[in-house]
Amino acid sequence: MKDAEAKSIIPDSKISPLGYPTNLLEPGQTYESVNRTIAEIPLRLSAPKSWWIGAIIAFLLLMMFLFAIAWLFIKGIGVWGVNIPVAWGFAIVNFVWWVGIAHAGTFISAILLLLFQHWRTAINRFTEAMTLFAVSCAGLMPLLHLGRPWVFYWLFPYPETMGVWPQFRSPLVWDVFAVGTYFTVSLLFWYLGLVPDLATVRDRAPRLWQKKIYGIFALGWRNSAAHWQRHQIAYLLLAGLATPLVLSVHSVVSLDFAVAIVPGWHSTIFPPYFVAGAIYSGFAMSLNIIIPVRKVYHLEHLITPRYLNNMANIMLVNGMIVAYGYFIEAFMAYYSGDIFERYMMFNRAFGPYGWIFWSLMLCNVLVPQTLWSARIRRNPLTLFIVALFINIGMWIERFVIVVTSLNRDFTPSAWAMFFPTRWDWMILFGSVGLFLTLLFLFVRLVPMISISETRELVAEPQRANVP
Amino acid sequence: MNSSEEPHFWRAPIGDWKLEVENEFHPGASEPPNEVSRREFLRLAGASVAFAGFTGCTRQPIEKIVPYVRQPEEIIPGKPLRFATATQFGGFAQGLLVTSHEGRPTKIEGNPNHPASLGATTIWAQADVLDLYDPDRAQTVTTSGTIKTKEDLWEALNLALSAVQSNSGASFRILAQPISSPTVLAQLDDALRKFPAARWCVWDPLNRDNFGSNEVLCDFAKANVIVALDSDFLYAHPFAPRYARDFANGRRVIEPSGARMNRLYAAEPTPTITGSNADHRIAVGGREILELAQEIAAEIGGGLLIPNANQNWIDAVVADLKAHRGASIVIAGETQPPEVHSLVAQINRALGNPGKTILPVAARTLPSNRIDLSELVNEMQEGAIELLVILGGDPAYDAPVDLNFRDALEKVKLRIHHSVHFNETSRQSHWHVPATHFLESWGDSCAFDGTASIVQPLIEPMYSGISTHELLDALNGNSPRPAYEIVRERWQKANPSGDFELKWRRSLSAGLIAELVAPSIQPFSTETGSGGGAAKEKDAGSVANLEILFRSDVNVLDGRYANNAWLQELPRQFSKLVWDNAALISPKLATREKLETGDVVNFSFRGRTIKAPVWIQPGQADNTVTLPLGYGRDVVGRVGRNVGFNAYLLRESDALWFADGLTIRKTGDKYSLVSTQQHHSIEADRGILHDGTFDQFTSDSHFAQKGEQLPPLEETLYQPNEFPYKGYKWAMVVDLNTCIGCHACTIACQAENNIPVVGKQQVAVHREMHWIRLDTYHSGNADNPAFTHQPVPCMHCEMAPCELVCPVGATVHDNEGLNLQVYNRCVGTRYCSNNCPYKVRRFNFLEYNNGLSASEKLLKNPDVTVRSRGVMEKCTYCLQRINAARIHSELEQRKIRDGEIVPACAQVCPAEAITFGDMNDPQSRVARLKRSPLNYWMLGQLNTQPRTSYFAKLRNPNSKLKTS
Repeated sequence: MKDAEAKSIIPDSKISPLGYPTNLLEPGQTYESVNRTIAEIPLRLSAPKSWWIGAIIAFLLLMMFLFAIAWLFIKGIGVWGVNIPVAWGFAIVNFVWWVGIAHAGTFISAILLLLFQHWRTAINRFTEAMTLFAVSCAGLMPLLHLGRPWVFYWLFPYPETMGVWPQFRSPLVWDVFAVGTYFTVSLLFWYLGLVPDLATVRDRAPRLWQKKIYGIFALGWRNSAAHWQRHQIAYLLLAGLATPLVLSVHSVVSLDFAVAIVPGWHSTIFPPYFVAGAIYSGFAMSLNIIIPVRKVYHLEHLITPRYLNNMANIMLVNGMIVAYGYFIEAFMAYYSGDIFERYMMFNRAFGPYGWIFWSLMLCNVLVPQTLWSARIRRNPLTLFIVALFINIGMWIERFVIVVTSLNRDFTPSAWAMFFPTRWDWMILFGSVGLFLTLLFLFVRLVPMISISETRELVAEPQRANVP
Repeated sequence: MNSSEEPHFWRAPIGDWKLEVENEFHPGASEPPNEVSRREFLRLAGASVAFAGFTGCTRQPIEKIVPYVRQPEEIIPGKPLRFATATQFGGFAQGLLVTSHEGRPTKIEGNPNHPASLGATTIWAQADVLDLYDPDRAQTVTTSGTIKTKEDLWEALNLALSAVQSNSGASFRILAQPISSPTVLAQLDDALRKFPAARWCVWDPLNRDNFGSNEVLCDFAKANVIVALDSDFLYAHPFAPRYARDFANGRRVIEPSGARMNRLYAAEPTPTITGSNADHRIAVGGREILELAQEIAAEIGGGLLIPNANQNWIDAVVADLKAHRGASIVIAGETQPPEVHSLVAQINRALGNPGKTILPVAARTLPSNRIDLSELVNEMQEGAIELLVILGGDPAYDAPVDLNFRDALEKVKLRIHHSVHFNETSRQSHWHVPATHFLESWGDSCAFDGTASIVQPLIEPMYSGISTHELLDALNGNSPRPAYEIVRERWQKANPSGDFELKWRRSLSAGLIAELVAPSIQPFSTETGSGGGAAKEKDAGSVANLEILFRSDVNVLDGRYANNAWLQELPRQFSKLVWDNAALISPKLATREKLETGDVVNFSFRGRTIKAPVWIQPGQADNTVTLPLGYGRDVVGRVGRNVGFNAYLLRESDALWFADGLTIRKTGDKYSLVSTQQHHSIEADRGILHDGTFDQFTSDSHFAQKGEQLPPLEETLYQPNEFPYKGYKWAMVVDLNTCIGCHACTIACQAENNIPVVGKQQVAVHREMHWIRLDTYHSGNADNPAFTHQPVPCMHCEMAPCELVCPVGATVHDNEGLNLQVYNRCVGTRYCSNNCPYKVRRFNFLEYNNGLSASEKLLKNPDVTVRSRGVMEKCTYCLQRINAARIHSELEQRKIRDGEIVPACAQVCPAEAITFGDMNDPQSRVARLKRSPLNYWMLGQLNTQPRTSYFAKLRNPNSKLKTS
């Protein structure tokens, strides 16, 4: 690559008239510097100390997860706090939460690609990986949730000798397809984007075994124009395919609730409201991961404040949509005149779980309003804290929807409280452990920023500076 | 309905509370705590290593086994047989028909021919079958823990008898429970004749001695006005199922034409089933009942009036009674002193009721030489007793505490205790003789009205039990013969005619004896003893001081059912409390003493103190504290041991039922009481209960259906008439008007459908498994609310919300409209339960059927799948019974007749409040009921179109009295 030529024309960082930094790349980057910065991380034999600390904690959480799952399978889901009437508990809350988190990746990769938003370049790989891992966590949850997990495959339409099919009117079956498709497409999309980078890593690998391993996964990529031409077409097609999935998967998940007659679930606003919430939490989780990684691996010059700022903006917009959803839910409960809906809303806010509802308002409505301030948006630390609030808030939102709707529905004699047990918490934090473990392995073994796309930014600096 | 009014129904005036689940596990409840112990962890880790490479194989028995080629007569494998027998309540018979599968009794039903049952049973009769298979039953003869043979026992007994023979039995005493068995009485009489100086005594902690000669039989079918003075005649009475049937028939309203409804007034200190069905109930202390009775008697006799706090009620009662002379009943409970009973008898006479609604009970002759318990204890204390034979019961646990029975018992030289369970008395006895269960041994008994029944066994004794007849035979110096011979011989002696055999067989088959004369006895000397329980003097204390009130626990009675897990887990009436007893206090007292449900309080009475948790009970008399008996036992079996608190520790012989002088002090401790239903007010009319008054109904018969906002039935996304129902169309109607709220349906369903017991800890996290629950709602003010009971089984909705959300099609509609649960297919997403607005589905959160003993496995109904962990279950309308009837009818090439299928809940119901049948048959009872203007759908506005519908609850208040 022609480093010297590229180097000279990177412009200086600017602040746009709207008050945000415009640079997608710090000045002074060359092809070689990009290659080196990114590709060396997986090739290095040692890892930073903070990686080790993080990875060990994540691994221990993962072990706890496996232990909790083992006990769950031995005893049955009675080890959790679920009961009648609250037959769905943490597993479903976690499922919806993880699926939501999984939204940012495809949103950033596919929709922004199609919209020519170049500020996706440095983060798309990362968020796509996050999507995959979050969907993996999410996909586990319904399985753990089953009373008889060993027959989970009955939810798939497989050729059964007795001709028994799933019951296609059930939203849970739609879920299987929605989440399954989403995972498959996300995986392909992620891997397709990864191929040229794996080739770069292969070419730079100093040791033979590294060359061989990365070589296998690089699928014989030779950087030829024909390769690039096919690659780009396939990539665009997949992006086109993934885009409706971003909207469909959480819409379908929301139908799990909207199709039911439970007050607090039975609502037509759920699909858009869930999608907005999903993107909201997806971006929050991306920030929660990118900010520390950027710091630890000194990637500030590749993941510039422009990225953080744009992500904060998206969160703010989605936060407003979500808040609107909360408002409309409450309004419709009142306006419908339906005593069950009205009581549901009253119970949410002032019932025994009222404090959870108000912490939801704090996390998802109040705290994100601070993002109106450019100072908070541009400061990685404050942004990290706000994102953390949103992540917790989005988990709480699902708790509010699942548990406080169920705990007091139509028949007061059957009302009961749900209290999570330690096994519930172990599943929640254990799944975080699984997610983080995969993520730590990812940053250690795979180029975590798209090398080829960043090189494009170096080659076409005007893109890097679009306001 | 009452939508325009203020919040109508509520469940209790107390707020929500979090039930602290303590680390407690009841054996018999199937599942140990969920947590992994360190030991468990190591065991699992070790097992996974050890089992690697381990392959199992089963072995055939070595002995030659013989196939079932020659069928015994009458036994067709897979086809159950039914035998008539009888259980007892308070010593009186209630006729039963017991279902037996391949020789295993599995289900108890009432005997339709028996006057005390009419086909219904109490909760206790339902639970008796579990007692039979209780692995904690005493199994062998023991002396101080050592296993002995029967021969050892007979030898020891003969030795002791020959010793007391020398003083003609002066140092020989028998302590029994109430006995109605003619054979036992005759055998006892023989023994007492043989030892003329011997004495016998009857002790029953729930005795009816207060009635004395005023014991009567009531005919509620003929009564228009009923006044219950602290009497729970619908529930805790030897004739309760019959009384409930007659009472319910007096309230059954279907069409406005010719409708008639009786009116029940109740005055009671603590809510009972009877009080909860009253049209006008007042909550007064037990001590105030006497005054009420005096007042009523005086007013009816035209006597002078003392102003009373409940003057309105009294005036209305008196006016109503006077208007229904000869068609009214005044009845008082066994807890009220003899004065009240003589007053009641006087009132009934004044109203001309005897001979019409009040009938005499059959006179019974008891063996002479009876002494009362205090006399017996005195003799024991003096050391004068050498041989004491205790026939059943547990006096060491339930005798009045002031008698100090335990100490006295220690002074008896030889103590022999005969009982089904090894209990507190057995522990103190030299010999414990395991008694046979009534389903294992021949016997006989008489009902409250005198009808005699032969008790037929359905199974050989499971352990080496000895029946009362055999033991008494031994006391008579015989070498014991089988109970069958003894019973039959007595009856044959009383009926020497030639066709005895035929009549005997007919009696056995019918379950009651119509053609034979019962063995009887002649009194041989003047009776000593006044007839037991001491009179209850009213303390001269001020009314402001607290009254202590002892009541049998509504489920475990005096403690005899303490080891019965079904009854422990059956929700108590009103409180829905399980696995515990609690002191019931009024909301006013709670406010005054700043008490909350679950607070542990010191109760002091006459110098003795016990600790007990309190439960705030709406409808409780303000200054009365109810202490349910039957709990806090230390020797009873694994289920009932150390459950609850022992109220007997405060019960004295002159204060058996109530007395003044209770003081309470809050300890600051909390105890976790577990209830199946949380208690909160309901903000608005949810369309769950429809109610009104009888007058409303007669003036506007469709009033109950007017408030309903039913959507058009076609308003559905799916095909509205997907199923044509060309054959049968099963449906159920529950009459809230006649339902008395006794919970018998819940336990009958449990017995029929193999429903597991889950234990206190699992109920605390709301995982009880009952397929039909009984919801109780209150309305009106908290101090004296009106009660409405509502049994809730699966609704079998036409548009079932559960069906369309199941991802694997495990819950499906069948061509007769049943909503079926396919256990094999269920993967346990629990979505169906979430989407069920009635919340009638139950989930096997853990393996609730693990850890059953070999004997408990015999109890399972072979026609019903035993569900494993991870599957949903719910009411099936007793599908196995529908299919049995279907097979039967198809063999006979006809349609199933109306009434041929009776689900377990409907069969047990004493009030016949549940009707099941084919809606396609316009002549069927259920179709007729569905056409009634009282019929409504629970939560009908959801358009689920349930097959189970309800009759609106009607009350019949006296227009002169404002509804309480």
